Amino acid sequence: MPSPRQQKIRNFCIIAHIDHGKSTLADRLMEYTGSVTEREMEDQILDMMDIERERGITIKATAVRLVYKDDDGEEYIFNLIDTPGHVDFTYEVSRSLAACEGALLVVDASQGIEAQTLANVYLAMDHNLELIPVINKIDLPSAQPELVKREIEDLIGIDAESAPLVSAKNGIGIESVLKSIVAHIPPPSGDEDAPLKALIFDSLYDNYRGVITYVRIMEGRVRPGDRIRMMATGKEFEVTDVGIFSPALVPTAELCAGDVGYITASIKNVRDTRVGDTITHADRPTDKPLPGYKKVNPMVYCGIYPADGARYDDLRDALEKLRLNDASLMFEPETSVALGFGFRCGFLGLLHMDIIQERLEREYDLDLVTTAPSVIYKVVKTNGEVIEITNPTNLPPVTEIESMQEPMVKAQIMSPAEYTGSIMELCQERRGVYKTMEYIEGTRVLLTYELPLNEIIYDFFDALKSRTRGYASFDYELIGYSDSNLVKLDILLNGEVVDALSLIVHKDKAYQRGRVIAEKLKELIPRQMFEIPIQAAIGNKIIARETVKALRKDVLAKCYGGDISRKKKLLEKQKEGKKRMRQIGTVEVPQEAFMAVLKLN
Amino acid sequence: MKARGLYLHFPFCARKCSYCDFPSFPGKERYMAPYLGALLKEIGGYNKEKGEKYRISTIFMGGGTPTLFNGDHLAGALDKCRECFNVDEDAEITIESNPGTVDHKKLLVLRKSGFNRLSIGLQAWQDRLLKFLGRIHTAREFEDAVLMAQKAGFENINADVIFGIPGQSLEDWLETLKRTAALNVTHISAYSLIVEEGTPLYKLKQKGLPGEVAEDAEREMYHKGVDLLERLGFYRYEISNFARPGYECRHNLNYWKNGEYIGCGSGAHQYLDGVRSYNTPDLEAYIEMMSKTGNASLGSEKIDRDQEVFETLMLGFRLTEGIGKDDFHKRFGFDLSERYSDRISALKREGLVLEDDTAIRPTARGFDFQNQIALTFLD
Repeated sequence: MPSPRQQKIRNFCIIAHIDHGKSTLADRLMEYTGSVTEREMEDQILDMMDIERERGITIKATAVRLVYKDDDGEEYIFNLIDTPGHVDFTYEVSRSLAACEGALLVVDASQGIEAQTLANVYLAMDHNLELIPVINKIDLPSAQPELVKREIEDLIGIDAESAPLVSAKNGIGIESVLKSIVAHIPPPSGDEDAPLKALIFDSLYDNYRGVITYVRIMEGRVRPGDRIRMMATGKEFEVTDVGIFSPALVPTAELCAGDVGYITASIKNVRDTRVGDTITHADRPTDKPLPGYKKVNPMVYCGIYPADGARYDDLRDALEKLRLNDASLMFEPETSVALGFGFRCGFLGLLHMDIIQERLEREYDLDLVTTAPSVIYKVVKTNGEVIEITNPTNLPPVTEIESMQEPMVKAQIMSPAEYTGSIMELCQERRGVYKTMEYIEGTRVLLTYELPLNEIIYDFFDALKSRTRGYASFDYELIGYSDSNLVKLDILLNGEVVDALSLIVHKDKAYQRGRVIAEKLKELIPRQMFEIPIQAAIGNKIIARETVKALRKDVLAKCYGGDISRKKKLLEKQKEGKKRMRQIGTVEVPQEAFMAVLKLN
Repeated sequence: MKARGLYLHFPFCARKCSYCDFPSFPGKERYMAPYLGALLKEIGGYNKEKGEKYRISTIFMGGGTPTLFNGDHLAGALDKCRECFNVDEDAEITIESNPGTVDHKKLLVLRKSGFNRLSIGLQAWQDRLLKFLGRIHTAREFEDAVLMAQKAGFENINADVIFGIPGQSLEDWLETLKRTAALNVTHISAYSLIVEEGTPLYKLKQKGLPGEVAEDAEREMYHKGVDLLERLGFYRYEISNFARPGYECRHNLNYWKNGEYIGCGSGAHQYLDGVRSYNTPDLEAYIEMMSKTGNASLGSEKIDRDQEVFETLMLGFRLTEGIGKDDFHKRFGFDLSERYSDRISALKREGLVLEDDTAIRPTARGFDFQNQIALTFLD
C-alpha cells in the first residue's frame, strides 16, 4: 500500500513518435504547473543538447519534477521522465519506463500511431504501466481524433474514449491531461524502511560533481553520507548529494521509496553507474537487485579517423570525454594503411553513430574521415575457433573460414496499406524473410520481417521513407545470428587494395554492390595526372571496373600583371581541396569516398 | 635603380568580344576624353619634384582597344610617361590594337612618337570563327593592318590568336598559325580559349555550345601548334607566348620574372615597392576618384618574403627558361634546389620539371600541368 506521502506522487513518462509533440507537451505541463516561469521558458526545455533540439529527438533521458495543485487545493508531485525516442536506445527506454507507474501515449491526431510508438507501447505494457492516450494537434485541419481513438483501441486494446484532446502548441486541453494523470496513474508504492533499492535510469557526467546518477527509489531511502554499492559492477561510493530535478538540480535531505531524483557520489566514470543497475547500501544491502539489468553492447561499428593525422590525440581525448557520458560508446585504436591512425568505434545503432560523429565534429571541432559501418560477423574457422569480426579488413583468408554468421533483426514496419507492395519489394531486395502482416483500421498495415542487420544499417530507412512518401515507420530488434554466405569485397585503386573501403557483403549482392561502389568512386575521385583504375574484387577475382580518365591539362593560359593575385587565390583554393584528400599510394581520394558505400541510391 | 614595367589601361572597345572578361566597355565613347584626363593625372602623380623618378624599361598600353584613341592622344600619353618617369632610352613600348582601328596615318604617328612594338588582335584566320567570337574585323583586315604597320616602320609585331574555339578544327588552327607567321610578325601569343563566368560565351556555354572542342582535341591543337611554330621559327618561351629569337616581350617577361610594375588606369594592377594593389575596374568610378582624390586604388596587399618566393616560382615556371639558380639565389639568399629538394625530386619523378646546373625548367608535360608545379611550392 502506498504511504500517505506516496499517495501524492505520480511518476510517468511520455511515449510519442518523433514530431508528434512530446517535447511541446512536456513544456506545456511544466508551464501550467508553474515549474518554470515564462521568462525561463525556452522552447523544449527537456531536450538539452543542441543536436537533440535540432533533430527533435531525445538522446539522454531527462527528468523534471512538477508540482500540481488540483481543484480541491491538493498538491501532487509529478515526476516526468523524458525518454529517448529512437530504436537505438530501446534498452535505455525500457529502464526509464521501469522507473514509472504510467505513461502518456501522445498520438498525432492526423498521423495516427507509428511503428516506433507501438514498440514503446509494448515495452510500457511489459512494465505494467498505466497508459493514458493523449490525442495531440487537434487544431490541425487534417486532425481526425475519432479515427485515431479507434486506432488506439483497435491496435493497443486500451480505452481511448475519454482520451484528452489537446493542442500542446496552442495550450488546449492541458488541464485535462493533468487531471487524468492524478486520476489514472497509480501512485508509487514500496517500503520506505526496507533496504535501499534504487534503479539507475540514466547518468550524466558533470565536470564539477562527477557522475550525476538519475534514479528511481524503489525501496528504502538514501541520504548524503551513505555508503552505496552498485550491484552489477560492485563499485562502492559515498553519497555526496541527493536531490530532485526542478529541472535544475535541487539538493534535498533524502530520497525515499517512490521518489525520482539524483545521487552524486564523486563517481568518475559513467561506466560505474550502468543504466539498469541497482543501487543499494553497502552496509545494509538488499538481497536481490531489480530485474532487467543488462549490459548493452554495440551493434554497429565503424572506423573513425582524424582528417588531419596530427589530431589523433585530440580525437582520442574527445572520444574519452564522450564516453564519460555514454556507457554504450566503445572504441579502440586501429590502424589503416589508407587512413593512418584512428579508432574502431562501436555504437548502439546508426543514429547513435551519427550523433557521436556529429558531436565530435561540432563540440570538439574535429574533421573526421569515417568508414562505412559494419555489423559484428561471427566466423567459424576451420580449426574450430569462433571469432567476431567488426572490421572487414580482419576477415581471415577464405581457406581458414569454415562458415560465417551474421546478425538478424525482427523488423516491424507500419504504413498505409497502399504501400504494402513497395515495402515487400524493398524487404525482398534486402534479403528479408516475410513473417506476418496485420491490417489496422482497414487502412494501414503492420508488416513483420526478419532481415539481416547489415541490410538495414546503410540506407534502409531512407529507402523505406522514399518508397512510402515518408509515411512508413520502422522499428527493429536483434534476434540472433544466422549462417550466411558472406564474402569480403575489396576495392582497389590503381591496383592496390584500399583497406578502409573493404566490406563484407552477401555473395548474391557482391557483384551489384561492387559495380555501384566503383561507379560512385568514379564520380567522387577527381581526375589526376594519370589514369586511375578502380576495381572491385572478391579475392583475386575482379568483378567490376571503372576508370577515372587522366587529366589532360591543369594550366592557366593567361597570367599577366593583373592576373597574379587571382591566380594565387585559385591555387590556394586548389590546395585547400587537396588537403581534404587522402593520399592512397599515388591516388588522391576525397574523404567522402570512404562513406561512398553508404550512398548507393 | 631597379627597372620596372609600366602598364596603362584603356577600357574602351568598339564591341565586346564574346569571350572577353576584361574591364573594357563599348558604347562609352563619351567618357574617352575625361578618362584620358584622369589617366594623365594618375601618371602625373609619379612626377617627383625632388628625388629620383621610377626607372621604367618597358611600357605597355593595353585594353580594350587603345587605338580607338587618336594617335596624338596616345603619343601625348607616352610623352606624359617620359615626363614623369625615367624611361630607358631603349625601352620596349607596346600598344595593343585591333584591325579596323588603325590606318597608315595613325600608325605613323604612333611609330614616330616612340612606340616600337605593336600587338594586333587576330584570334583566328577563319571569318566564321571571328564572327562567332564577336570580332569587328575579317582576316583580310588583319592582314592589311600588319602590312600597314610594317610600312609605318613597326618591325616588332605581335598577333594574338586563340585555339579551342567552338567550331574550330585542328586544320583551322594550324592554318591560322601558318598564315600569321607568313606575314613576318615577330611574336605570336596563342591562348587556349577560357570561357570566363559573366561573358556572353559563358551564357552560351550554359545552353550547350555546338562544336565545343573536347579536352583531348584542345591539347592536340596546343601540342601541334607548338611544333608548327617551332618549325616556322617561333620558339615557345612561355606557356602561351612564341617569339622569333630576340623578340620576346620584355614587358611580359618582367611579370613572369616577378619583377615590379606600375599600373595606371581603371582596373590596372601594380606591384610597387613590395605592395600589390589595384585600381577600381569601374570606368566612371575611376574618373570620379581620380578627380576627387587623385587616387583610384581599391585594395592592396603587402607581399612578404615567403609570398614573394612562392610568386616567383609560380610565375617563373611558366617560362621555358624556368627558374635560374643564380638569379634565385641572388634574390632570396638561399639555394632553390637545396631548400626544396624533396618537392623538386617529386616534380622530376612526375616528369614535370628538369634540372641542370643552371636552372630548373618545366618539361613539355610541365607546360600542360603548370598549376601542379606551382601547387607543389604552396604551403
